[in-house]
Amino acid sequence: MREVVITGVGAVTPLGIGAHTLHERWSAGVCAVSDGEAGCTDFDATDFLSIKEARRADRFTQLAIAACQEALDDAGWADEAPYASEEMGCIFGTGIGGLSTIERNQSQLASGGQVSPLAVPLMMGNAGSASLAMRHGIRGPVYGIVSACAAGANAIGSAARAIQCGDASAVLTGGSEATLTPLAKAAFAALDATSQCGVSRPFDVRRDGFVMGEGAAVLVLEDGERARRRGARVLATVRGYGATCDAFHLTAPDAEGSGQAAAITAALRDAELEPAQIDYVNAHGTSTPLNDRAETLALKTALGRRAHEIPISSTKSAIGHLLGAAGAVEAVATVLALRDGIAPPTLGLEEPDPELDLDYVAQVSRPLSLGDARKAVALSNSFGFGGHNAVLCLEAQ
Amino acid sequence: MSTTVTSEQVEGIVREALVKFGTPVEAITPDATFEALDVDSLDLVEMAQIIEEEFGVELTASDVKGIATMGELVNLIVTRT
Repeated sequence: MREVVITGVGAVTPLGIGAHTLHERWSAGVCAVSDGEAGCTDFDATDFLSIKEARRADRFTQLAIAACQEALDDAGWADEAPYASEEMGCIFGTGIGGLSTIERNQSQLASGGQVSPLAVPLMMGNAGSASLAMRHGIRGPVYGIVSACAAGANAIGSAARAIQCGDASAVLTGGSEATLTPLAKAAFAALDATSQCGVSRPFDVRRDGFVMGEGAAVLVLEDGERARRRGARVLATVRGYGATCDAFHLTAPDAEGSGQAAAITAALRDAELEPAQIDYVNAHGTSTPLNDRAETLALKTALGRRAHEIPISSTKSAIGHLLGAAGAVEAVATVLALRDGIAPPTLGLEEPDPELDLDYVAQVSRPLSLGDARKAVALSNSFGFGGHNAVLCLEAQ
Repeated sequence: MSTTVTSEQVEGIVREALVKFGTPVEAITPDATFEALDVDSLDLVEMAQIIEEEFGVELTASDVKGIATMGELVNLIVTRT
């Protein structure tokens, strides 16, 4: 099967504009949560888009376009794509899509006003993939992935598969979300999913729900052989991908984490690696009571004794939960952590939960202990409402 | 509907809408084609909504199909008011 490499990354997150901003600030222990949420307050769409383009894009698409520009620059594609249009794909995730567009138009309708003809093209969940394709002339496989908070990781996994099986030579992939809206905040709160105290502290005994964030990340995936032939700098390899479903409950994870464990095992099998070869886990780590317990059990089931030896940390401790963008943003954070050989910290973890007994890298970054000269390997976990489990196995270059 | 609507009034509203759509203000002239201004079918549907709200003139897709410039659009609206 073809090797799939990551040649460029881009992100807009609550920590700021840029993948490197995310990596550097998270590693330094900066938390972007403010007043119980994590918005991309540095983001101004008109820095990246014309007025016309900005009007034609919901915020979730605007964030995706900005992240994509950075990823393409990072991959050295800025001037011209090194592939024919038909050889390129765009497979892009979102949990919800253009919710602010829906809310704005619903409110206009309710007050007797007109609904915009742009309502549907902006709200649709595939708007991100369609807009990126249009902007960059991508005419191969282009579609959206919808699997709640696993969407970003499912998109990357599906993109890797598209390259492996020859449907595309390069795929822009990732995820985006922008749902810091009154409806989404009320709806997640009604489910008791979000933190009442407004603090994201995964694996801490006081954790009481996730903090909602927004943002986007884009990764440029290429056929390894083609990328090397064009002299691309390779950041990392997508070694493996595992996707499963709990088929258990619409919102709660299977309490034993068995579906999650199966996804981790599938990713390892796909990567042809043993648990002993994993150096770091970027956890889903939402800071909800149920997730962090089930995920801990899943890691123990899938990795055995090795689960106790590997540093495990949660990006959500720094930027909250980016829902359909989370898996993509966390994959980017994982790639850069592997590159620098560090495990960034789980911020806010001050009072460990006695039931959760793995090494969650509390509060301070730590160098990965890579005994030999081999390349560092990580797992990035993403799990979503609906029981969707997606695990990526990423290897540094 | 009032019959006192002038070309200038209609042009003002159309121009304002085009600017809102992101068309550079200096490029907007009565003879500039929508194609040259990068005004597409989605813009024209939005424009039709604004015209209906402002002047009570209902423009259908087939009404605007043959319209290529702002001047032609303004004339059509004025004849309908």
